[in-house]
Amino acid sequence: MSVFEGFKFRRVYSPIHQLDPRVKFFYVLAIFVIAIMFNQLLPLILLFLIQLPFVFIAGVQREWIRSLRGALLFATMIFVFNFVFTYFWTEYPLLPSPSLLEHSIAMTLRFIVLVESFSVFFLTTSPDHLGLALEQSHVPYEFCFAFTTAVRFVPVLAEEAQTIMDAQKARGLELERGNFIKKVKNYIPVLIPLIVSAIRRSLELAEAMESRAWGATKKRTNLYVLRMKRGDYVLILISATILILAAYFWIFYREQIPLLSSLLIPLRLAAA
Amino acid sequence: MIEARNIHFTYPNGVEALSGVSVEVKTGEFMAIMGQNGAGKTTLVKHINGLLKPTKGEVLVNGTSTKKVSVAKLSREVGFVFQNPDHQLFCETVEEEVAFALRNFNFSKQLIKKRVTWALNLLSLTQYRQTSPFMLSGGERKRVALASVLAWNPDIVILDEPTIGQDHQQKEKLRQFIVQLNTQGKTVIIVTHDVEFVAECNPRVALMVQGKILADGPANKILTNRDLVAQASIVPPQISQIFFELSDQDLPQDIINVYDARDVIIKRLEAST
Ligand SMILES: Nc1ncnc2c1ncn2[C@@H]1O[C@H](COP(=O)(O)OP(=O)(O)O)[C@@H](O)[C@H]1O
Ligand SMILES: [Mg+2]
Repeated sequence: MSVFEGFKFRRVYSPIHQLDPRVKFFYVLAIFVIAIMFNQLLPLILLFLIQLPFVFIAGVQREWIRSLRGALLFATMIFVFNFVFTYFWTEYPLLPSPSLLEHSIAMTLRFIVLVESFSVFFLTTSPDHLGLALEQSHVPYEFCFAFTTAVRFVPVLAEEAQTIMDAQKARGLELERGNFIKKVKNYIPVLIPLIVSAIRRSLELAEAMESRAWGATKKRTNLYVLRMKRGDYVLILISATILILAAYFWIFYREQIPLLSSLLIPLRLAAA
Repeated sequence: MIEARNIHFTYPNGVEALSGVSVEVKTGEFMAIMGQNGAGKTTLVKHINGLLKPTKGEVLVNGTSTKKVSVAKLSREVGFVFQNPDHQLFCETVEEEVAFALRNFNFSKQLIKKRVTWALNLLSLTQYRQTSPFMLSGGERKRVALASVLAWNPDIVILDEPTIGQDHQQKEKLRQFIVQLNTQGKTVIIVTHDVEFVAECNPRVALMVQGKILADGPANKILTNRDLVAQASIVPPQISQIFFELSDQDLPQDIINVYDARDVIIKRLEAST
């Protein structure tokens, strides 16, 4: 549940919420590409910090922190896997060393940066705007509608899952009992009613829509139309600049990016 | 015996659904909790089998705090029938569905068989024993859900909105059934805003408004109190409305069901002739 909360849109107003979803998506994509380009700690830290102003301007710190907390388990796993596997596969021949540690941290941070950017995107973009953006990008309306409806129903489903769990617990179901296989099996009494009711609901929704002449007009118009405003151009400019700078460094200085741990050693020497 | 001592409950999203509820339900009592949508009725009864634990205060069931035992353990004593049967039915046959809880409680094979037969018979579902619960009608599914809880014979039975989506005949059967459970000595708590249904059962009534208990007493006192009923956004029973309109006729005002009304009117007619 708390992981969901970290991506759930709330209707508040901030400069970031007003931005065109297409532009925000371009920004997320830019961050995504850069995060994949670099595997050193230094640029990834910069990438993490660059996004903080967005979080604060949008005023979604609380939800954002919650999404990071939700990602914590995966982040820990990524860290451990990187640490252990890179060590055994001895691309780094030394025993657990500062550089190996730094590499593992960098990989973890890459994941966190991705979560961070997607979280900011979904926290500040209403499903309606997203559907509108898809429509204006000439995606067939059926797909846009399916998409917005799916997003709409996530909280409803989450709530329903909770009720079903309660109902089954009241019949003596203990979800946490048994070994791993048993625990997975324990969820069958929750999943079946959830799926059945989701299917039933979608059939009902389809009937209700058809009885209100859904799809009667082939050429749809919208009350609201997305238009690029000044803020949107600014964000495009920012994203493009970051992207170009990143590409420039990647092409010319990729090999020279220092390890943070190597920067620390001269510091320590100087202090001594 | 159920005791709620000044309980408060706040949902994780910050909604305070209960703000200081104290109530005591004796063994064998029949109680209806009423109030408008969102008043906190469901939240309150979910505290009785431990699905929710109070953020402040405590709930004691037969002397034990719900904070100290698991939901599974409490459920042996407290049977909770949810509003929507579709939130719990998942087995291939009605028989399996009714046996589900018994398996969870580690009943023996023979005992399970015995109790399933008993529960199916009790709710006239024997003919559907091998049918898939998904093939049944709404009213029948509701009965399967009820059977699946009554099968383990809990001492306390809670029904959340049992009358929703039931036609008149089913409601009448349900009412008789609930009264029967109660006369067998079970503590029965129903959550509902069906006034006519409550009027005919005449149980103890607790009115809830915004996470608090506004009034608590016999149905014919509570449901005929215009102020209370209005505050809880409930329409008084139709019989009571008639008697209110006739208040200049010097008739008693605490009449809520047809039978009492008939007696009073006949008495009046006899006196006037
Ligand atoms: N799972 C939940 N999460 C957050 N808020 C809830 C949840 N369930 C109920 N609420 C809120 O708590 C209040 C009381 O709800 P509930 O006990 O279901 O009322 P009732 O059963 O009387 O209709 C309502 O304001 C409702 O919106
Ligand atoms: Mg309710």
